[in-house]
Amino acid sequence: MRYSGFKVIAEALTGHKGWKPAWRDPAPQAAYDYIIVGGGGHGLATAYYLAKEFQQARIAVLEKGWIGGGNVGRNTTIVRSNYLLDGNEPFYEFSMKLWEGLEQDFNYNAMVSQRGIINLFHTDAQRDAATRRGNAMIMHGADAELLNKEQVRSLYPFLNFENARFPIKGALMQRRGGTVRHDAVAWGYARGADNRGVDIIQNCDVTGMRIENGRVLGVETSRGFIGAKKVGVAVAGSSSRVMAHAGMRLPMESHVLQAFVSEGLKPLIDGVITYGAGHFYVSQSDKGGLVFGGDIDGYNSYAQRGNLPVVEDVAEGGMSLMPMIGRARLLRMWGGIMDMSMDGSPIIDKTDIEGLYFNGGWCYGGFKATPASGWVFAHLLAKDTPHSTATAYRFDRFAKGLMIDEKGQGAQPNLH
Amino acid sequence: MIINHPLLGPRDAQEFIYLGDAALIHRPDGMAEGALERFIPYTYLRDNPAGSHRELWYHEQGDRSWLVVTRNTTTHEITAVEMARDVARKEGRSK
Ligand SMILES: Cc1cc2nc3c(=O)[nH]c(=O)nc-3n(C[C@H](O)[C@H](O)[C@H](O)COP(=O)(O)OP(=O)(O)OC[C@H]3O[C@@H](n4cnc5c(N)ncnc54)[C@H](O)[C@@H]3O)c2cc1C
Repeated sequence: MRYSGFKVIAEALTGHKGWKPAWRDPAPQAAYDYIIVGGGGHGLATAYYLAKEFQQARIAVLEKGWIGGGNVGRNTTIVRSNYLLDGNEPFYEFSMKLWEGLEQDFNYNAMVSQRGIINLFHTDAQRDAATRRGNAMIMHGADAELLNKEQVRSLYPFLNFENARFPIKGALMQRRGGTVRHDAVAWGYARGADNRGVDIIQNCDVTGMRIENGRVLGVETSRGFIGAKKVGVAVAGSSSRVMAHAGMRLPMESHVLQAFVSEGLKPLIDGVITYGAGHFYVSQSDKGGLVFGGDIDGYNSYAQRGNLPVVEDVAEGGMSLMPMIGRARLLRMWGGIMDMSMDGSPIIDKTDIEGLYFNGGWCYGGFKATPASGWVFAHLLAKDTPHSTATAYRFDRFAKGLMIDEKGQGAQPNLH
Repeated sequence: MIINHPLLGPRDAQEFIYLGDAALIHRPDGMAEGALERFIPYTYLRDNPAGSHRELWYHEQGDRSWLVVTRNTTTHEITAVEMARDVARKEGRSK
């Protein structure tokens, strides 16, 4: 069923009786050509592009819970392509271009909103760094603009410009950045993949891998063994656990990141503001809630909930940037498990096991990557060669000294 | 989280800096044969378990000692706290 304005009107006039479930609920078959483990944004996008762009094949997505219950439904929905390094920027700009055409492509309203994102700076050195980053972005075909203090003030007059420690001197703006309704992304890809014959199998926990003579034959699951010619793993925070079934140790730690939503307020922030120096970023949802967050808690965790010190830190950051936030009440807070890699950048690569492929290490920034991650992972699965924008995301970059370390922090995941 | 420091008693985890897996105590010998092959996994690869995890915490805003904390990564419950020095000695790292 195609969705359209006409369809909405027709359904409104006939009591909304004609809507159907957006995807089937199939039982797993004995074997597939491709199994994607993980029904988050990346796994679903991979299945969608695999079915649509690359191959007519039997494809299944196996999800241990319900699709969209992981980070794709827990993030703060910011999309942007404001990276500095060569290994990253072409990939994220590819993703931004896919966002721009996504809703037409998969015929689903994902509320892609290019409302603009600013990264504040507070010193001359930070202005230089922002200029350099902006130039790198422009050279890779993205958009970037340097705003001075008065330009920032005209956008957000209520910010604390004269903060003694971090006075606002300006910002790097990417107007094409913004927000996307996160769970609609999961649902849109799921529906699009299902339409093209992909089996989306929920409540199917992958508990083991069958590997013989260096080749993967399929996966053991809570719903029995399922055979596959190729297995692609995209399980974000659970990466180390799932790849341990294949005997692999990853350059990764799992950490918890928290997010917060205030009560609904009148329109106040029409873009996205990031305040790195204060460990705080904020946007406003279409329902009016301020959606904000800060740093990861900083210790290994699989708990999907964080602790109070970071709540305090985020609240302090918010107060120092926009003191009026102290009058708003907090409605909800939650946590998600981040696959923090050793250089802060992802891995999309084959493994040494024939037929086993891996996609992970997204840290706290993988939502924006969802379309490109799905596309390039599908490309790798179908063609066995990396997509041109993802050639640097290899396992062996650590051994070879080819890290993609945007922050220059070294092998300390909680600092990325 | 409250870390029960062996010398100072219960302290707020906020006073500490987190480093990571206590396996980092076992730094390879840089002069030994094949040191490079051992340093790559030492530096970059982690077990990253869901469940009991032994990890290094540094009491920066306290007595500046390194601790080995055994903590469950699925519940954040801390089950043991030892001085890293004692652990390292026990495991044959120093004299
Ligand atoms: C609070 C928070 C804020 C964030 N903010 C942003 C942001 O503003 N912008 C941005 O770009 N990124 C952001 N991120 C990061 C982003 O959400 C993630 O990097 C991205 O969603 C990860 O990819 P995914 O969608 O595939 O992950 P997930 O949705 O977590 O998908 C992985 C799936 O694998 C499943 N799985 C795990 N183990 C198994 C198994 N054994 N068998 C079967 N299935 C399994 C899980 O149940 C899960 O559904 C944020 C994350 C959090 C938590």
